[in-house]
Amino acid sequence: MIVASNLTKRYPGGYEALRDISFSIDAGEMVLITGHSGAGKTTLVKLIASIERPTSGSLVVNGQNLSALRRSAIPYVRRHFGLIFQDQKLLFDRSALDNVMLPLHIAGLSHKDAIRRAQAALDKVGLLAREKANPIALSGGEQQRLAIARAVVNRPTVLLADEPTANLDQESAQDILELFADFHRVGVTVVVATHDQAWVEYCQGNVLRLDHGRLI
Amino acid sequence: MNPWLSQHRAALGLALRRLWATPFNTLLSLLAIGIALTLPAFGYVALDNLRELGRSASGVQQISLFMEVGATKAEVAAIENRLQALSTAKITFVPRDEALKRLKKSEEMTEIVASLPRNPLPDAFIVDPADTAPATLEALRQEMAGWPKVAHVQLDSAWVKRFDAFLRLGKLAVLMLAGLFGAGLVAVTFNTIRLQVMAQAAEIEVARMIGATDAFIRRPFYYFGALQGALGGLLAALLVLGALHLLATPIGELAALYGGSFTLHAPEGSEVMLLASLGALLGWLGAQLSVSLSLRSFD
Repeated sequence: MIVASNLTKRYPGGYEALRDISFSIDAGEMVLITGHSGAGKTTLVKLIASIERPTSGSLVVNGQNLSALRRSAIPYVRRHFGLIFQDQKLLFDRSALDNVMLPLHIAGLSHKDAIRRAQAALDKVGLLAREKANPIALSGGEQQRLAIARAVVNRPTVLLADEPTANLDQESAQDILELFADFHRVGVTVVVATHDQAWVEYCQGNVLRLDHGRLI
Repeated sequence: MNPWLSQHRAALGLALRRLWATPFNTLLSLLAIGIALTLPAFGYVALDNLRELGRSASGVQQISLFMEVGATKAEVAAIENRLQALSTAKITFVPRDEALKRLKKSEEMTEIVASLPRNPLPDAFIVDPADTAPATLEALRQEMAGWPKVAHVQLDSAWVKRFDAFLRLGKLAVLMLAGLFGAGLVAVTFNTIRLQVMAQAAEIEVARMIGATDAFIRRPFYYFGALQGALGGLLAALLVLGALHLLATPIGELAALYGGSFTLHAPEGSEVMLLASLGALLGWLGAQLSVSLSLRSFD
């Protein structure tokens, strides 16, 4: 599903965020990327999601080599992923429902179908009752659940998250972990970059540990 | 509904909502575009009316064909046949006796005509060509002059040429104005869209991350630019129609003072549609330039 070979990412100025890392993630696995701040977790997530490109090495997702991908093909690759960020990247000029409908509009679904599927996704994360609320009126945990609903509404093959519980209290963080576990149980591949110990315990060894850009 | 159509419908809806969301800004932009398009559009309509006025002015674009004095009836008939073969022309035959009668009616000429031993005037034809372009008229004059038993062909080509040169100058001025104000329209749209892209920066960033193509992101801005341009074009057409309505009475009165009548021609429906389409095209161009430049900052 995801195969990285000798992956290196060097930023302009010479800073090497990732150096010569190789790993493989099978379909349906739940894998954690851990490490201290600056270890390269976010960079790796961005490479997998094609938000950034590797300097060298290859990264193959669903049989497609992302390193050799044309620029115009990148949006279609990203649609295979459900992306969740630490800062959620929600849009505060529209309702929770409209936020979740955005990936469906991008995929070209009719408005009627988009509403139906967005409501189902909101129901899944327990936010259907708040569909008309502006995200700014939601708590931190609810905002993260809304971001998850937006990530899963297009039925992605990979759920990719960067520190999804970093700013949440313990109870909300536990809710989020359980949501991810639910998606993992139904066969979705889950890749989470985190330094939260609760996740490490849940994943029981399925961990990619980074240190100064190297896999240890 | 297929995804492509669904996305276009959604983009059009979004563009309409954005136009409606800031009515004051939209009104100001439409006024700027409308006024920019009004000047060349009004110039075009004025030239069109002038061209019509030139065409309808009595005698100014007629060709007079004079037969030789000794031409027989058969020879005159042969020339008439040739003239009738020019299917686009209107022909009036003036027999030499009729011409003399007209001359006699003139007070200053009565005595001179009475002293003449015989009628010195030839048979003549007056030709009103359908195509009044100077080059066509001149070609026609030369062709007629080569016909047998034709003594002289007269065309007031200097007047026609002057009038045509004036129309061409006016046309050039209108084109220059149109180019200048068209660029203004592009600039207005460019700026409006640039501000919109800045205001939608968060949405564009998120949409790109979750798989939006460039076309998906650009589409609503293109629709916005084209809609704004088209509405500006329609506003320009309304302003031109308003101006023509105000001018109709004074121009009619002026024409009456010269013993004639003249009615201003308003632009036709197809011309209004053309103006709106031109506005839409320029608006789309402004949007295209603006989005291309603005989206570079997201790369």
